[in-house]
Amino acid sequence: MPEPVVPTRKTPLSFAHEALGARIAPFAGYAMPLHYPSGVLAEHRWTRTHAGLFDVSHMGVAFVQLDRGSPDAEVDYRRLAELIEPLVCGDLHALRPGELRYSLLLNETGGIVDDLLVGRPSGPLLQGSLLLVVNAATKERDFALIAETLGDAVQIDWRDPWGMMALQGPEAASVLEAMCPGVSELGFMQFAPRDWRGQSIWVSRSGYTGEDGFEILVPPDAAPSFWDALLQDARVRPVGLAARDSLRLEAGLPLYGHDLGPDTSPIEAGLGFAVHRRRREAGNLRGHARLAHERAEGPSRIRVGLRVLEGAPAREGAVIARDGEPVGVVTSGGFSPTLGIPIAMGFVPPSLSASGTRLEVIVRDRAQAAEVVPLPFVPHRYVRHTHAGDMHALHTRP
Amino acid sequence: MRFTPDHEWVRLEGELAMVGITEHAAAALGDIVYLEIKAPGTQLAKGDILGVVESVKAASEIYAPIAGVVAEANTRAIDDPTLIGQAPEGDGWLARLQPSDSSEIDALMDADAYRALLDSLGADQ
Repeated sequence: MPEPVVPTRKTPLSFAHEALGARIAPFAGYAMPLHYPSGVLAEHRWTRTHAGLFDVSHMGVAFVQLDRGSPDAEVDYRRLAELIEPLVCGDLHALRPGELRYSLLLNETGGIVDDLLVGRPSGPLLQGSLLLVVNAATKERDFALIAETLGDAVQIDWRDPWGMMALQGPEAASVLEAMCPGVSELGFMQFAPRDWRGQSIWVSRSGYTGEDGFEILVPPDAAPSFWDALLQDARVRPVGLAARDSLRLEAGLPLYGHDLGPDTSPIEAGLGFAVHRRRREAGNLRGHARLAHERAEGPSRIRVGLRVLEGAPAREGAVIARDGEPVGVVTSGGFSPTLGIPIAMGFVPPSLSASGTRLEVIVRDRAQAAEVVPLPFVPHRYVRHTHAGDMHALHTRP
Repeated sequence: MRFTPDHEWVRLEGELAMVGITEHAAAALGDIVYLEIKAPGTQLAKGDILGVVESVKAASEIYAPIAGVVAEANTRAIDDPTLIGQAPEGDGWLARLQPSDSSEIDALMDADAYRALLDSLGADQ
């Protein structure tokens, strides 16, 4: 057999992973840590109880701004939102400075091309621009699509290779507050620039584990020392991609390329909240016809959570059946370390999507009992601040 | 104890052949969360699927290192699959087989040959 091709792309933290003894595996063209010597289960549980540190530098991060800005950042932002909005399904005009929002890139048939975070920067830096965070495996294509659609009107400032880290877990806020005073004033899905040892970094209160936590964008030269500084805190341990996947599965969060794809509509995926009402009513969305039809008639399938009541974990591709008849397919599945049982997400007809519905998953030709359960499997523990004053306090801090 | 290129071990104990996965395989799989072994009485040819171990990450099939009949699964390991990772070549054994021809065991790799195989794979242990 030929030797597998070793991925050549490294993140600014690759040396740190090697020094920590990580098991490295290729992911989206990068050599990424799958897990560290402590193992997936320990890393998963550490994140749920303390603070897990993840290298997510492979994600696609860019600030998009008008090629020719005006002195008025508010005017610039309006124009930029006007340009970008047709590509996504959310309401960019309603974003306030310092807010992040989950959104979707759609194709002409209402399928999902990618899921992403959009953010409107606050503070003096990059006012009037838009932050985009897209999936690693799709980032080239996404930014090419944006560049092609918007042409010379915008500049895409791709932060590659920057260091992007996620610090997730119930102790994440007190850990990061000690390093970057003020960050605990951010609420879930808010972000702000901070200064760390003379470096401009961006901190958002967001993540992919269901826990409270942060994602931090750090210039490449400073990324290893920021990583090391976080690991100096005994409450922080490094966590690899394997536990990132089991954590997001427990949190019921879909993964692009698995639970979401170009044939999946936001309504089927249970992501209708990301399709903004004004956009929908105006009909100026990509794939409007399908979305309108599914909203009126209901989709033909819908994403559900499944508890596997016996036997082996049902993995991606496993058939979901009802009384022996195939009714759907598992799109993500594995063992839940928190619940101690196998769990899965998959798509079934709406008539079989009610919680408590008994179904089967077919694993190695054997039907195993499963039950539809509400998502998430493990409750989210996001920390939300609803007072505008919180953001004000953050941005006026010297 | 003898070894297969699929990183299983087999050892004759009385009339029965005890089968498990090697330390190397257990380390590569990571935390094991599920074990399934074919029902006792199942007749297996050498290389047939004897069972499956699943880690958090993935499922891995276990192949019969020799021809024989499944005599017993390690029910302790089925109830607590972490045992496999803790002692893959001890209490974390997987199954006992009634060999069709116990001389098949002798034809497998000995410890030195298996070590050489691991070295050639670049294993770090």
